[in-house]
Amino acid sequence: MTIFIIQLLNSFFYAAVLFLIAAGLSLIYGVMRIVNLAHGTLYALGAYVSAWVVGGAVGHAASGTLGVAGLLLLLPVGAVAIAVVGAVIEPTLLRPLYRRPEEYHLLITFGLLMILEDAMKFLFGGTPLTAGSIMDHMGSIPIGRLLYPTYNLFVIAIGLIAALGLWWFIYRTKFGVILRATSQDRRMAAALGINVSRVYVQAFAIGCFMAGLGGAVVVPAQAAVLGMGIEALILAFVVVVIGGLGSLEGALVGALIVGLVRTAGIQFFPEIELAVLYLIATAVLLIRPTGLFGRA
Amino acid sequence: MSLLETVHLKKYFGDTHAVDDVNLTIEEGEFISLVGPNGAGKTSFCNVVSAYYSADSGKIIFQGEDVSNASVTQRVKAGIARSFQLVNLFDDLTAFDNVALAIFSREGKTRNIAALARRDSEVTREADAVLNQFGLAGKRNELARGLAQGERKLLDVALAYALRPKLLFLDEPTSGVSTRDKGQIMDTIASVVRGEGITAVIVEHDMDVVFKYSDRIVVMHQGAILAQGTPAEIRKNEQVAMILIGSSGPDAFSRKD
Amino acid sequence: MSLAVAKKGAITSTGPSAWRPAVVAIAILLVLAVLPSLVDPYQTVLLTYGLIMAIAALGFNLLLGYTGLLSFGHSAYFGAGAYTVAFIVRDLGAQSMELCIVGGLLGTLLISALFGFVCVRHTRIFFSILTLALSQVLWSLAFKFFWVTGGTDGIRVAYAKLTLLGGLVNFAGPGSFQRFVFAYYYYVLGLFALATVIMWVVVHSPFGKALQAIRDNETRASFVGISVRRYRWIAFVISGAFTGLAGVLWVPLNGLTTPDILYWPFSGEIVFMSVLGGFRTFTGPIVGAVVFNYLKTYAVASTEYWQLLLGVVLVVLVLALPSGIVGTAARLAARFTRGTS
Repeated sequence: MTIFIIQLLNSFFYAAVLFLIAAGLSLIYGVMRIVNLAHGTLYALGAYVSAWVVGGAVGHAASGTLGVAGLLLLLPVGAVAIAVVGAVIEPTLLRPLYRRPEEYHLLITFGLLMILEDAMKFLFGGTPLTAGSIMDHMGSIPIGRLLYPTYNLFVIAIGLIAALGLWWFIYRTKFGVILRATSQDRRMAAALGINVSRVYVQAFAIGCFMAGLGGAVVVPAQAAVLGMGIEALILAFVVVVIGGLGSLEGALVGALIVGLVRTAGIQFFPEIELAVLYLIATAVLLIRPTGLFGRA
Repeated sequence: MSLLETVHLKKYFGDTHAVDDVNLTIEEGEFISLVGPNGAGKTSFCNVVSAYYSADSGKIIFQGEDVSNASVTQRVKAGIARSFQLVNLFDDLTAFDNVALAIFSREGKTRNIAALARRDSEVTREADAVLNQFGLAGKRNELARGLAQGERKLLDVALAYALRPKLLFLDEPTSGVSTRDKGQIMDTIASVVRGEGITAVIVEHDMDVVFKYSDRIVVMHQGAILAQGTPAEIRKNEQVAMILIGSSGPDAFSRKD
Repeated sequence: MSLAVAKKGAITSTGPSAWRPAVVAIAILLVLAVLPSLVDPYQTVLLTYGLIMAIAALGFNLLLGYTGLLSFGHSAYFGAGAYTVAFIVRDLGAQSMELCIVGGLLGTLLISALFGFVCVRHTRIFFSILTLALSQVLWSLAFKFFWVTGGTDGIRVAYAKLTLLGGLVNFAGPGSFQRFVFAYYYYVLGLFALATVIMWVVVHSPFGKALQAIRDNETRASFVGISVRRYRWIAFVISGAFTGLAGVLWVPLNGLTTPDILYWPFSGEIVFMSVLGGFRTFTGPIVGAVVFNYLKTYAVASTEYWQLLLGVVLVVLVLALPSGIVGTAARLAARFTRGTS
């Protein structure tokens, strides 16, 4: 029973991180109809930046003076950095392609992926970076006779808060209305006086922020390694395919499904765990291509 | 046996009755104009018969066979072809290739993977002939996207014609074309279609064109057939005049200039 | 909407001057045939790799340039061909390269027929993602079932045990590597020439025209009587077969078959090659593959950050030179001849 709860919590932890990445991907697609192949790499970059910042802080100050709260506050620096990167990418690389067929986005973001992967190698080197000190400091909580890292629970909480926060932001704020209007009909929005270019760069930055946050939040538990972005992208795709491109609820439900299947997979059928996930994505694309909650 | 018969044909979009219980019979060789105000259901009717939309209920009987569940390609092979109001061409192929492709498809030759297309002299000859009939011979080697609007509309019709259909639907073949070119384009289309006795249904707004060429005029309104008859009969029909022009009387359909 | 980029200068081969490309092609073939006697074995090997990838890109571009479908999962067919050969050699002890080709093609045809059937039910972004997801299924299987596939260690295939032309050419004894490099180059060159001719006929056949019609306007294509899904599927299978053949030929040269060739960035490289050369032309993917091969080799040799270099090239390509090398060259040539007439 205890093991079951721990597995469940692991699934939720994994789902929380996936949700952050997938929600960003979905938001960008929903508003701009762009699939960013470099989205996973941005997640990785967020992980690296956060680990670097925290590592630097830990190195330069006695950990006592900063405390766990201080270190935690440093995590979002990674997310903000990625948002800034996104705000630079959109006007330079994506805006020139809006009139072209959508395949060109795939091409240019693939190029961006290659650039960013090596940029990370250049900036942070080949060795994994961790922010494990945060995890250590937060200790563990007993569940049954076993101990479970408190940090993981913190991440699950972050995932929930992010989901609620995004929902509130999109459906309860003025900017959210503007976002939804632009995503439904770009020309009409422009005709109503909305600065579509500005909305696009803001939406893209928010999407990138989510990816970066995913990385920031995962790095205390999992070291930042080269190649994590590529792996993450495929999984994020599986999530949005299942949940529906452009749907917030879809990203949440999709992330939960993927998280649960993955944990079950690792437990019961480890060899084909990944294959099963990809096959589920394929099946969804066949039966209901818009996903569980998506619109075409 | 009529060429086409629709029986209680219906197509609804939510509350909108785009095609509302339409029973229409078309005899071989007729040139029929389908008229009515915007939203009357003319294009929707064409779309349903050509399988662009699937009907919600009702039957479509073509040459005695029930084709209601036939797919687009099946109906094309059976002999129903159509042109499009918003031009639908193969933009990165030449005008020649556009027409040739329709012919290859008709002849079942598109499955030929081991022969060069340009070496098929039969198809080449026929494609050139069709282009000539539509006045496009001079634009043979130009990409479809580079043609003028009038030429594109003609090519759109030529594509449908090249299928040598038994029933040809022309959806507003002169719309979006300047008034000056309209007459010429319609003359070209009519001379080919009427000249060869192809059964045709043309969706048209220009009543001059309609009265000049039609054997029968079918007036649609709010998804249903309001009236049908020869041009003379329709001209006298006051209800039709009210619907189409907003006034009635013996001179309702004359051009006021 | 199609993937058209070139406007007035689009390449069409329906004109009367079909002899000029044929003469140029034969001239290039002659140059390629003479090359090994002029350069050292390393260059010959490099060019062999280039020709192999040219076959892969040629196959890929049947889908992109001619049918309008962007596949981000062609590594699956390359890998299917390669792994089938690796299995045949390791488990069945096959030595004949011809047997490997037949076996490899069968393996690839199976996979591409299956995957293609699934993928052509969708278009645009969903098609691309679907191809990607399916290739990842294959990759994850190759990666995880290491007791079958050797996992990341891969499967070794020694060229010395192979024979070409039904046993006429073998590589036993001293000096075998030199002989292998030499003989295999011509073997690949011959197959490359054959593949190019076959693909040329395919895209200029009525079937090829139908594919282009589907690319330009799938609605009108169906209204002209073409079964869009079926034709896409056939194109998919042919495309996969060509890329699979490339995978088959790649194995003896590389000596080691690992899951890397199934991983999706490799699919990205195939896409890159076609875009680099110009995916709206016939020869673009060939040129792009050869150039990319050299580009990558020298990039890898000169800097650790070769991926960044290539990424920049791709971005510049997409933004500034979307018609690629061949496409841009053709447009410049057209402008030049127009200018001088």
